[in-house]
Amino acid sequence: MDIVFMRETFLTLLTGLPLTIELAVTSILAGSALALVIALFAVMGGTIGRAITRAYVFVFRGSPLLVQMFLIYYGLGQFRHGLQDLGVWWFFREPYWCAVLALTLNTAAYCSEIFRGGLQAVSMQQVEAARACGMSGILLFRRIILPIAIRHALPAYGNEIILMVKATALASVITIMEVTGLAGKLIADSFRAFEIFIVAGAIYLAINFVVTRMLMVLEFWLSPHMRMPPNPTT
Amino acid sequence: MELIDSYLALVGAGQAGWGPLLLTAAAMTIGVSVCGFLAGTVIGSVVTFMQLSRHMAVRWCADCYTTILRGVPDLLIIYLFYFGGSSLLGSVGGLFGYHGFIGMPAFLTGTLALGVVSAAYQAEVFRGAFKSVARGELEAASAVGMRPWPKFRRIIAPLVLRYAIPGLGNTWQLVLKESALISVTGLVELLRQSQIAAGSTRRPFEFYLTAVVLYLVITWVSSILFKRMEARTAQGIRRAL
Repeated sequence: MDIVFMRETFLTLLTGLPLTIELAVTSILAGSALALVIALFAVMGGTIGRAITRAYVFVFRGSPLLVQMFLIYYGLGQFRHGLQDLGVWWFFREPYWCAVLALTLNTAAYCSEIFRGGLQAVSMQQVEAARACGMSGILLFRRIILPIAIRHALPAYGNEIILMVKATALASVITIMEVTGLAGKLIADSFRAFEIFIVAGAIYLAINFVVTRMLMVLEFWLSPHMRMPPNPTT
Repeated sequence: MELIDSYLALVGAGQAGWGPLLLTAAAMTIGVSVCGFLAGTVIGSVVTFMQLSRHMAVRWCADCYTTILRGVPDLLIIYLFYFGGSSLLGSVGGLFGYHGFIGMPAFLTGTLALGVVSAAYQAEVFRGAFKSVARGELEAASAVGMRPWPKFRRIIAPLVLRYAIPGLGNTWQLVLKESALISVTGLVELLRQSQIAAGSTRRPFEFYLTAVVLYLVITWVSSILFKRMEARTAQGIRRAL
């Protein structure tokens, strides 16, 4: 174990950290927004809406993310002229945006199932109670259904966020130099896989540790009704 | 129609012959996934026993294992086995006076990497299954005088398997999809073969799309198989009720 080498590796890999976090945050936010739309379709879209969402979820959960990424980055590159005519070539030209798109579409499939479960777990009585108070439409959805659904979905959603942080590593395969991309390059140059692996692994573990703590805080904040009542004797 | 014809000429068994190659590669994907999954079952069982151990240090080691293997990207673990294994083989070769490069066999890399990763997930599945074995069943087995090993083999293991099958099905799907990452080591599985075909024909879209479809077929068929297994192991429950 060479401490000096590991410290140098650590400093090199840290330069890839912003890109890793950027990829994860962008695709989680975009993916969650898309997932919410898909989940609403699945719950309220009728037979056709349900069939479309089920097909979407089947395709994106049933095939490897890496293949989806290749299909988008290399596969769509084949239609360069068509995409140039549509004016979207700048998007598909960049490996970064292709990676974000693949990650977004992939996580939206998983998240939509989580959100669907959350939405379906909202009990009818709570909706009826809100309706009895005169709430309906967007207000009902925003004030009653969504908060309860989020509370139900949060633990599974937390797992999905951690999976996404790990999934950003695949972007390295389409030439993006985030933490794993830099690690792979360093390993190929120096052949010291163990040291580099330990440093890169520690970086990912640190990110995921922070993420899990943040989720715990969020869960605590979102569930005041589950907390122990303050002790009246003290 | 023309589109379908040109697609079939490209991907089908036509003169280029990419179709059979892709199917062979799909078989390789299944092969490396099965080997990795089985290796994961073996390692995962050991980790489960460690998790259920009476000693805190052993339990702590098992916890570390599952936390680390589930928290680190799998691509990094594949790199570790590929490059780490190669340098290890190189130093072993050095002991025998051979100083050239000895590459880690890609299939072995895949099996080991998928094995240690899926072991972490399988251990959690097995632990949950162990916890769901009712105490009464164990007490009944002890009451009729079963010794620990027969008790494990004839009572606990079948019950654990029954509870674990849905979770194992999920893990299998995960391993199957993760096997696409083994393409970075050069193993000619489905994704690697599609890459080769895409490169030499300059038609990446068709080949990657075919790869997606083949992966979907494999995951779909295996989900049916797991459903059947679930129904079979649940037979006893239905009969008892």
